[in-house]
Amino acid sequence: MPTLTRWLIRTALLWLLLALVLGVGIVTPDRLGLPPALAGLRPTWVHFIVVGWITQLIFGVAYWMFPRHSVTHPRGLTALGWAGYTLLNVGLVLRVTGETLTLLGHPQSLAALSAPLQMVAGWTLAAMIWPRVKEK
Amino acid sequence: MPVLSVWMVRTALLQLSLGFMVGGLILMRNALPGGASLYRLVPLHLEMLLIGWLVQLAMGVGFWMLPKFREGRPRGREELVWTAYVCLNSGVLIAGIAQSADGAALLALTGRGAEALAAVLFLANAWPRIKPFGV
Repeated sequence: MPTLTRWLIRTALLWLLLALVLGVGIVTPDRLGLPPALAGLRPTWVHFIVVGWITQLIFGVAYWMFPRHSVTHPRGLTALGWAGYTLLNVGLVLRVTGETLTLLGHPQSLAALSAPLQMVAGWTLAAMIWPRVKEK
Repeated sequence: MPVLSVWMVRTALLQLSLGFMVGGLILMRNALPGGASLYRLVPLHLEMLLIGWLVQLAMGVGFWMLPKFREGRPRGREELVWTAYVCLNSGVLIAGIAQSADGAALLALTGRGAEALAAVLFLANAWPRIKPFGV
């Protein structure tokens, strides 16, 4: 299993774990002694699962298993993969931090700042895998 | 990877790229002039990422990877899956845009119907391929 795949899959697993822990916290925050406003993190929870877990896992497995790019560069544009990995995860961390602070009454723009990072991450990961989606 | 899977996976990647762009604009809406109305695009964002990206990717990889038939056409009736491909992508766009607009309930229903038809067609081809290898 290539190094980038290991990082993508292990980080995806961490997001899955965080999502399931967050899921416990946001379902009835008042009963756990947490601020009730945390129930507003449901969209963040969905993004942990769909972006942090499923999408990151897909790219990790695709980078490993999809048809080879060429004999000299079998896995293609690895640098794009690392860039996408970094942008995606930094974007998600900024997003959850920003949305939590906003819900707790601290207006700021971290969540908005995370948007371009996540957008570019999606494009970068798609561009990495695109040339390997081909007939053998 | 068969041609049909190439089309499905590449279109799924395009849906991912567009879906992330729409999501990014929604997240930045408060920082953009007149951006509050961008929140109406949430249904399009969901449709593109859940159906256009995740479901379509699974279909494309499933068509590629499921066991092939030893006799006849190895991957079954490909025309069913090509039709599913067209229905799924037109359904995503129609349902996503219609739900993001006001008073387009019938159009939204049409889009969701096209997505459901895509599932039926894909299933009709995939079902008999869910079997032991070499049979």
